[in-house]
Amino acid sequence: MNKLITALVLWAAASLVFAAGGHGPEKLDANVNLGNKTSLQRGARLFVNYCLSCHSAQYMRYNRMATDLGLSEDVVKANLMFASDKVGDTMTIAMKPEDAEQWFGVAPPDLSVIARSRGADWLYSFLNGFYLDEKRPTGVNNLYFPDTAMPHVLAELQGLQVKHEADAHGDGHGGHGGPVLELESPGKLSPGEYRQATRDLVAFLVYMGEPAKLVRYRIGFWVIAFLLVLLVAAYLMKREYWKDVH
Amino acid sequence: MNMITKGLVGLRDWVDDRFPLMQLWNDHMGQYYAPKNFNFWYYFGVLSLVVLVIQLVTGIWLVMNYKPDANLAFGSVEYIMRDVSWGWLIRYLHSTGASAFFVVVYLHMFRGLLYGSYKKPRELIWILGMFIYLSLMAEAFFGYLLPWGQMSYWGAQVIISLFGAIPWVGDTLSLWIRGDYVVSDITLNRFFSFHVIALPFAIVGLVVLHIIALHEVGSNNPDGVEIKKNKGPDGKPLDGIPFHPYYTVKDSVGVIVFLILFAAVVFFAPEMGGYFLEHNNFVPADPLKTPEHIAPVWFFPPFYSVLRANTGDFFGGPGKLCGVIFMGLATMLFFALPWLDRSPVKSIRYRGTLYKSALTIFVVSFLILGYLGLLPPTPGRTAVAQVCTILYFLFFFLMPIYTKLDKTKPVPERVTG
Amino acid sequence: MSENAVDPDRRRFLTGTASVIGGIGAGLAAIPFVATFQPSARAKAIGAPVEADISQLEPGGRLIFKWRGKPVWVVRRTPEQLAALESLDGVLRDPASSESLQPEFAANPWRSEKPEYLVLVGICTHLGCSPNFFPSTDAEGMGSDWQGGFYCPCHGSKFDLSGRVYAGVPAPTNMEVPPYYYIDDTHLMIGELEEGAA
Repeated sequence: MNKLITALVLWAAASLVFAAGGHGPEKLDANVNLGNKTSLQRGARLFVNYCLSCHSAQYMRYNRMATDLGLSEDVVKANLMFASDKVGDTMTIAMKPEDAEQWFGVAPPDLSVIARSRGADWLYSFLNGFYLDEKRPTGVNNLYFPDTAMPHVLAELQGLQVKHEADAHGDGHGGHGGPVLELESPGKLSPGEYRQATRDLVAFLVYMGEPAKLVRYRIGFWVIAFLLVLLVAAYLMKREYWKDVH
Repeated sequence: MNMITKGLVGLRDWVDDRFPLMQLWNDHMGQYYAPKNFNFWYYFGVLSLVVLVIQLVTGIWLVMNYKPDANLAFGSVEYIMRDVSWGWLIRYLHSTGASAFFVVVYLHMFRGLLYGSYKKPRELIWILGMFIYLSLMAEAFFGYLLPWGQMSYWGAQVIISLFGAIPWVGDTLSLWIRGDYVVSDITLNRFFSFHVIALPFAIVGLVVLHIIALHEVGSNNPDGVEIKKNKGPDGKPLDGIPFHPYYTVKDSVGVIVFLILFAAVVFFAPEMGGYFLEHNNFVPADPLKTPEHIAPVWFFPPFYSVLRANTGDFFGGPGKLCGVIFMGLATMLFFALPWLDRSPVKSIRYRGTLYKSALTIFVVSFLILGYLGLLPPTPGRTAVAQVCTILYFLFFFLMPIYTKLDKTKPVPERVTG
Repeated sequence: MSENAVDPDRRRFLTGTASVIGGIGAGLAAIPFVATFQPSARAKAIGAPVEADISQLEPGGRLIFKWRGKPVWVVRRTPEQLAALESLDGVLRDPASSESLQPEFAANPWRSEKPEYLVLVGICTHLGCSPNFFPSTDAEGMGSDWQGGFYCPCHGSKFDLSGRVYAGVPAPTNMEVPPYYYIDDTHLMIGELEEGAA
């Protein structure tokens, strides 16, 4: 018996230590906070300004975003809606996938659930991972998504980075021992501001991947609290009946 | 007695004159005598039933908004997750329920191995249970295609291709199952039909048979003592207690504990780190692009590992065919368990070192195979999987020998504890 | 089975408590399942208010718009037709619209904000058919008290040019006036009241 229990514990432990795949540079920590409404609002603004011309979010409705982010529908209409005029609409784009494929070589994916397939850390790393590369048609390459077809849309905010191979720089940006990115020409934002901006954007993408996440934890807390009360009642009842048996 | 009680009793009697209501109640609850020494492992039967109900109810609700159409399926799942009020909860209950089903069923089966619940006179219960398990695997496999994400798509593609290994008819068979040259809208529709109609019927039917058979011969217990052998003057087993109210109240406690754990997953970790809902399944199915690493959902891998362990040069003959045969055998061998086990005792409590070691090795191999099945194969991992595959099969093939040689302890007359 | 130590009252109380809490739990668990039957966000988006351009509508004419999947009529009434409405009280079931559905501003004989324009959900209040539009006073078979209006082909219900039901026909109430407001002189928003006007 003891051996079996040991084995079960070992198995459980092994399942938890999930090998993360292990290739490519170590991802940066996105560290998003969905409880921060202003961060989500800033992220939403960046999203509609920079992403929503090429990428759609066809499962996300404007009015859902308004409600969840604590904005009035009029504010959303005036500031965040360029592609549509009905707040009940989803975030579609005018660009046809076939055209996009012609222009970029690949159709930009819909971003509704991108945070669920890629993960927040990957998105954050990707947005911070662009560097100059003459060999690419877009002039930039990405540390976390080599040879990406996407141009550095946020370059005006971040500026442009160059890549140095390993050693020399120990400033940590880019992981341990891997290549290091260094800002060559600054953009409108300072490096700190840019990191915050991309963090906001990723927070919004995470929210958009699963809007229910905002309420899920809270409801879960109450459900479990209720079940614990029920457990006490059921246990007392069980103990009472089993007096007959013992 | 007030009016309402009187009315209800009247109604009950009216029905009872026309339908064996009280008889059914007594046979299965009120007068069904269960051994009084059930332990922790005896919760998983009722928990399987609870999960079955969760799956049936949430499934009915999901079908109301799901669209079995290759162009709409992925979007309809997101529609449920976002646009339908509370749709996300119902979907998470169903997706978590699928995994929970396998957790409780595996533990329920392990209980059978621990206490010899498959041994005479319970062979048929065991066989019916194995049919439930196989139907459940099929149900999960069909259901997994429905979200129409990348993992759904390529998982189905790979599993269906397995049939291609069967000599002569393999390719025709794969084509017949898909109804198309690749997994397509046509495949999705027939899988949907199986998932929501055919297999649920089969599973519910088998569960009813499983329980009827159980209540005919009576429950086993951790001592493996037949309680019917010791009856009191009133004809009731001395070590038995009526299922209702004693086990209904005890099982309620178990069910609530289970629901707490279940709710914790549903509300706080429905993806379970990518095991219950896989990251790649949030990318719509693309027949032109295989994801980098595909592994089946967590409950299939032990058998998937057995499949992959069979590289051609290991067992000889065409590796793919061997793999499929061994995978089939790995599941089918469970059916033979009642006849492979030659031990005079049922419960692990009275078995000797040989069986205890064999069971430990088997469980560890099974878990390692499961774990490896989730990881991409490397030569080292394949070697480990091959060793575990051999150990897995030896558990069954050597069972008649080691259970006979095993030094068992004497079984008490009455249940202990 | 009961032995000396058993206290039946305690047992009954504990069973009752557990059952009541369990019952509450079952009730709460049913809420999400009941709630999914509500119109989804998509249904609400599709059923959102619609803008109606009525600049081309001639006096005596009718335009049909679609709101929440239902026909909504906008009828431009002539002064004669409006005048005739006053004389019908005696043959109508609910001339003052006291039992019928309409926004507050339309509880008047012409059942509209601006008397000239009638906005009406084109569904008979009997069993949901869509009545025909017979604006002229001499429509065949409509009887001598007919001043123009709507006639339901399903079960013969008659309504005047304000959508008010005649007495002695199957329909129980006047036709429904949907919430609407004027964006400007020639544009209506059908499906919601002007903001602030609850």
